[in-house]
Amino acid sequence: MDTSEEELALAAAAGDGQAFARLMARVYDRLFRLCFRLTGSQHEAEDLCQDICAALPSKLNTYDRKARVTTWLYRVAVNAAHDRRRRMATQARAADGWRDWEVNRKAVDAETRERMDWLSQAMRTLPDELCDTLALTLDNMTHAEAGEVLGVAEGTVSWRLAEARRILKSLRKEEGVT
Amino acid sequence: MSELDDLKTLIDKATPTPDAAKKAQHLALAQENFEAFQGSRGRSRQTSDNSMWTGVKTMLTRLTSKGGLTLTTAIVACGIMILTPAGQVLLDGPGTFGTRGIVEPAPEVVEAEPVARPEDAARPVASAKVELLARKGAEADFAEPLPAAPAPLALESSVGIARSMEENRVISQTADTETFANEDPNGVKIAAEDPVSTFSVDVDTASYSIIRSSIMRGQLPPADAVRIEEMINYFPYRYPAPEHGEPPFRPTVNVFESPWNANTQLVHIGIQGTLPAVENRPPLNLVFLVDTSGSMEDPVKLPLLKQSFRMMLDNLRPEDQVAIVAYAGSSGEVLAPTAASDRQAILDALNNLRAGGSTNGQGGLEQAYSVVEGMSADGEVSRVILATDGDFNVGLSDPRGLEDFIAEKRDSGTYLSVLGFGRGNLQDATMQALAQNGNGTAAYIDTLSEAQKVLVDQLTGALFPIADDVKIQVEFNPAKVAEYRLIGYETRALRRQDFSNDRVDAGELGAGHSVTAIYEVTPVGSPARLSDPLRYGATPADTDSDELGFLRLRYKSPGERSSQLIERPFSANGKADSEAKFASSIAGFGQLLYDDSYLGDWGWDDAIALATANRGDDPFGYRQEAIQLMRLAESLDN
Repeated sequence: MDTSEEELALAAAAGDGQAFARLMARVYDRLFRLCFRLTGSQHEAEDLCQDICAALPSKLNTYDRKARVTTWLYRVAVNAAHDRRRRMATQARAADGWRDWEVNRKAVDAETRERMDWLSQAMRTLPDELCDTLALTLDNMTHAEAGEVLGVAEGTVSWRLAEARRILKSLRKEEGVT
Repeated sequence: MSELDDLKTLIDKATPTPDAAKKAQHLALAQENFEAFQGSRGRSRQTSDNSMWTGVKTMLTRLTSKGGLTLTTAIVACGIMILTPAGQVLLDGPGTFGTRGIVEPAPEVVEAEPVARPEDAARPVASAKVELLARKGAEADFAEPLPAAPAPLALESSVGIARSMEENRVISQTADTETFANEDPNGVKIAAEDPVSTFSVDVDTASYSIIRSSIMRGQLPPADAVRIEEMINYFPYRYPAPEHGEPPFRPTVNVFESPWNANTQLVHIGIQGTLPAVENRPPLNLVFLVDTSGSMEDPVKLPLLKQSFRMMLDNLRPEDQVAIVAYAGSSGEVLAPTAASDRQAILDALNNLRAGGSTNGQGGLEQAYSVVEGMSADGEVSRVILATDGDFNVGLSDPRGLEDFIAEKRDSGTYLSVLGFGRGNLQDATMQALAQNGNGTAAYIDTLSEAQKVLVDQLTGALFPIADDVKIQVEFNPAKVAEYRLIGYETRALRRQDFSNDRVDAGELGAGHSVTAIYEVTPVGSPARLSDPLRYGATPADTDSDELGFLRLRYKSPGERSSQLIERPFSANGKADSEAKFASSIAGFGQLLYDDSYLGDWGWDDAIALATANRGDDPFGYRQEAIQLMRLAESLDN
């Protein structure tokens, strides 16, 4: 178990199934935690996690030996979250005409809505890129690390966080959450 | 930093530990794919990279689909059946971590499913933007590629399960994620190439109320919520009314210099419906179809609805009849058809409406229509008034069936009005679609004064159609007009050939309603022309006619099947009165909110000045309110 994640990832990329299994066992909880931050709900997080787990084997060759496994993994996760959102948006768009009806009809009733906490609402309200940025920093990444995952400058991360803060603030004011 | 710190605390507290069974499943899946990928990579060395990727992609899609299936009821059972054998084979393989035992409890999940999974419903899927991320709605799509899944059959055979499926397929809305129906702004058309513009009238006003409530909360409305024609048509205008013996409405055309561009002109078309002889109006049969699902329990929803209906009740006649159908946990006819003179009985029934429970999906709309049919007699006007916050789960499981259903009822002469209450959950797109298909109007009620406007001041108009399927077609004279652009009406466009096709539905016009449409036109030779004239294009015949264009209107008298035509040419020498100018200030307001690319430097101050100068007689203060909204919007737009 002393093998570093980086070594495991390289071994897995080279075709070592056992190394891959050990790597996944080590990183899974961390991955799930990030997925939760990206989605704000357990079910969404589970579904996203599943997408990532399914796709990771084919992504191993994108692992760069110089990078930390976490950085690489988070990048895969953020991209998977994007794909997922895009897929859902496409499906929603495809539901044109009276399919809209089917989509719209599934409005929420109060009982279920009450259970939805401010937190996941807040995450929903943010634009995608702010949501991603926030999810990473909430996962104890520094601005620089988050920037590395997202492929943007550190300053951009800071700016996005300020923006997210502004939105959350207005959201909170609006909803009277104390 | 405090919001982020709070959020961090919250999220740290809220982060669940991964579900052990799910984790095992996912890890097994990863491993399975790892093996498959290694295998295919080995093979792919002989072939091209491309096929390797395709193979893996296909495989991944399949696997994701399986995962997607594990979400609901009957489907879960199938999903597990499919997954488990493969999973076990894998779990026996090397590199597993003794998770096999954890997979076993899966059947419990199956049993837990039919009890509605609140987390499912609570899964908030809508983004802050227009897109509705129909996560759950996508399940059907997930299910399809897997022929092995008998799920659809199971669903149809068991109504109970189907219902809970239905309820599970809930899209939860955050406070600010309404969906709006809109299209891209109408672009500039070249009159020589495309001289004919056809659209349906629109007397909905929902968009204006949504914009108002947004601005009042200190936020500019999302551009997609802005439907300029609904903003313009929100206001009453004093257009010349038809004389007795004339068709039920009368068009007036004004052409004047566009406020935002000295080199273009506005063609303002005002259509005034005949003012009703209120005292002679036929008896009304009204069925209030009230959404009493839990989400209506909000001061601006059910309580406001009750107050609104109470106000309306005061304006009904003794011979009118009212029935109330509620749909939700306490579904059904809560008030049998009752003469409006029996005020107390109606008020009691209204007061007894309680929000609560889930939507039970008993065909509320079907019931409302069947009630209204029992009330109808010759010469009476029947209307279903659907009041909802957007939870349109009215019990018709098949949306196509619903479309046919509403269309069929429309043909039988029953109208449908949709009143939206409350924000946060409002399905503007659905409301609009419903009203459009039901030959009715959609309005959004956020305050008591709005209820007054929609239900009382416009009672006659909203309830008495004077013309159905009103279509407008304008043909521009290419000798005079180089380019034109219809402002608004993006969602109301009709195909040119549909103008004369009486089977194509369009908007209805109520008694006393007015409808306004504004075109911006660029005269031939104007420096404002955006497109260059074709060198080899046919030169339009330069007739002596000073006609700018030709206006055609088609409408059906209520209940009739064939349409009548009104047509008249218009020329460029109209004069703008304050009504037309006020309408153009609102058109400018709408464009500032939606897409100001044609406005040049013209801005908020100009819109405010134009509206203020043309406020005219404003007995209800609607126009003054609009000017205030413009001021607020200006301050928000910086």
